[in-house]
Amino acid sequence: MNLAHASAEITHRGPRLLAFLLVSRTRTERLVNLVICLLSTRRFLTAAQIAATVPGYEHDPEDPRDHEAFQRKFERDKAELRELGVPLEIGTPNAFDNEPGYRIARREYALPDILLEPDEAAAVGIAARLWQHAGLAAAASSGLAKLRAAGVEVDPQATLGVEPVVTVDPAFGPLTGAARVRRAVTFAYRAPENDEPVTRRLEPWGVVCWQGRWYVVGHDRDRRATRCFRLSRIVGNVKATGRAGAFTPPAGEDLISHVARWSGPVAHNGRATVTVRPGRAAGLRRWAIDSVAGADGDVLTVPYSDVERLAATLVGYGPDVRADGPPELREAVIQQLKEVVARYDRLSATAVPT
Amino acid sequence: MTSASRVPHPRASADRLGRLLNLVPYLLARPGIPIADAAAGLDVTEKQLREDLELLWVCGLPGYGPGDLIDMAFDGDRVTITYDAGIDRPLRLTPDEALALVVALRMLAETPGTGTRDAIERALAKIESAAGDLAGAPVAVRLPADTERLDAIRGAVERGHALHLTYYTAARDETTERVVDPMRVLMVGGRGYLEAWCRRAEATRMFRVDRIDAFTELDEPAAPPAQAVPQDVSHGVFHPTPDLPLVTLRVGRSSRWITEYYPVEQVRPDGDEWVVSMRVTDLGWAQRLLTGVGPDVTVVAPPELVDRIRARTNTALDQYN
Repeated sequence: MNLAHASAEITHRGPRLLAFLLVSRTRTERLVNLVICLLSTRRFLTAAQIAATVPGYEHDPEDPRDHEAFQRKFERDKAELRELGVPLEIGTPNAFDNEPGYRIARREYALPDILLEPDEAAAVGIAARLWQHAGLAAAASSGLAKLRAAGVEVDPQATLGVEPVVTVDPAFGPLTGAARVRRAVTFAYRAPENDEPVTRRLEPWGVVCWQGRWYVVGHDRDRRATRCFRLSRIVGNVKATGRAGAFTPPAGEDLISHVARWSGPVAHNGRATVTVRPGRAAGLRRWAIDSVAGADGDVLTVPYSDVERLAATLVGYGPDVRADGPPELREAVIQQLKEVVARYDRLSATAVPT
Repeated sequence: MTSASRVPHPRASADRLGRLLNLVPYLLARPGIPIADAAAGLDVTEKQLREDLELLWVCGLPGYGPGDLIDMAFDGDRVTITYDAGIDRPLRLTPDEALALVVALRMLAETPGTGTRDAIERALAKIESAAGDLAGAPVAVRLPADTERLDAIRGAVERGHALHLTYYTAARDETTERVVDPMRVLMVGGRGYLEAWCRRAEATRMFRVDRIDAFTELDEPAAPPAQAVPQDVSHGVFHPTPDLPLVTLRVGRSSRWITEYYPVEQVRPDGDEWVVSMRVTDLGWAQRLLTGVGPDVTVVAPPELVDRIRARTNTALDQYN
């Protein structure tokens, strides 16, 4: 049968009924009919009633092997519908029967009405393209396909001025999943200063993207305190443990504040005087708020917050720069330079000549 | 063995079921749509779409009589659903679908310089409402707030002109002037980048927006040549290549963080220290970074970098005598 033929015969029911009776039932076809059947019923239908109704479940209930094969098939089909997100309701068909019955509530099944303006639809279309993670990219595009089926028109050519590239660590999926259903998780965590990963037990409140890095925030069951963990430091799989709904995250919690408190804006109130050789240390010149030509180079005024940190930068510039003040900066630079010299002297003393 | 060959791949079958349940409402919303357009819109081949329609054509309500089956009318190459058997709406979003769309929209809304932030936020509210209970995706996003410069660059790129840049190249510690043909503006790992064809380097370059110290729009249009191809940034912006110099360091415990901030080739524990190798674009950059990075980082190779650090440190120290 093909559609060209079918369309010519569209008003003739005969060939179509024949096709219905003769084609071998595919699994997909059986499942489509199962969904339509369960959507159309208000009563709960038992497995036996479904078998007697939906094409593809024909079997002899009196034959134990045949009946068992049907039950396995029906279990597989239910699992597949659930995996797809079809809300299968279970109830008893009537007061005299303990046999479970099934139906699909239309209200639970259907995507609610959604009307997107063209610029909104364009934004959703762009958002769906952002994921670089294969699993989330697939979820975004199947979600978008549902919106289109609901009548939303998405311009595939639409672009925004700036497109974020969204990458996530492997732990993202399991952690957001656990946070959503409020299950505790266990994972191995390796901070770089530790040699071995440490097992952590966490009630995950949510996942946060802060300055391009992902963190999970929650209640640490061992430390009995709020903790943040960087997703890139999680080693191996995240395991959800215990029941769903095991905890309640604090209401109105700003998750980002837990991560951001360690890296707030820094005030650069210090003023250093640094002499720079002509044409050198371009990076330092960009930070300077003032530059005056002097006898042995340009004299820069450089704002800073931490003496040791600025000293480390100046040490990297070597003889291209000289710290003139304040005295504690000058001392810090000299101290660090001496440490570098001593370190490399030790290195050459211990190195085996080749 | 035998069951594996008889049972169709479960994923493929679930994918097809999802596609079929979506197909009826898609066509219902677009009566008389050309089959080719529907196939393009659904991202399937025309052949696949026709096979899907053939399958739906024998599905329907119990009874499965003429008035129960899904029905459609064909007019040339156009198709109209005339009876939907009750699958007139798409299936609701799964948790993963809601999460993927909501988080991507939050990411877009947080991205500085997108001209249509208002539309993004309206879309987000509607998607969250359609997702119902799933809307509270447990994910929060905040990107850096330096919107001003990114905004200015984006505006210039949208107007389609070539740009004259004053750009600081950290690898060589120099500020240079160059003319570029902009290709796109993007955010990677929380940083803004301008990808453009650099006429000076005659190659595609990724310019960090916070290092563009000044720019002017030229009168001529941006015209990247055919060989200007956008870079794949899904694994970051810096892709070390084997021709770059390989630097080996000994790193003490308190400086191990550098392996999280810079792409490293290899980390090998040796006693309490780590032996770390990394590729660098420029030995001068490596010298500036690694001399001052911390009291427990020592470069052990290549020898010319070690010599350079020693010589420059000694000369620097002489200035203070």
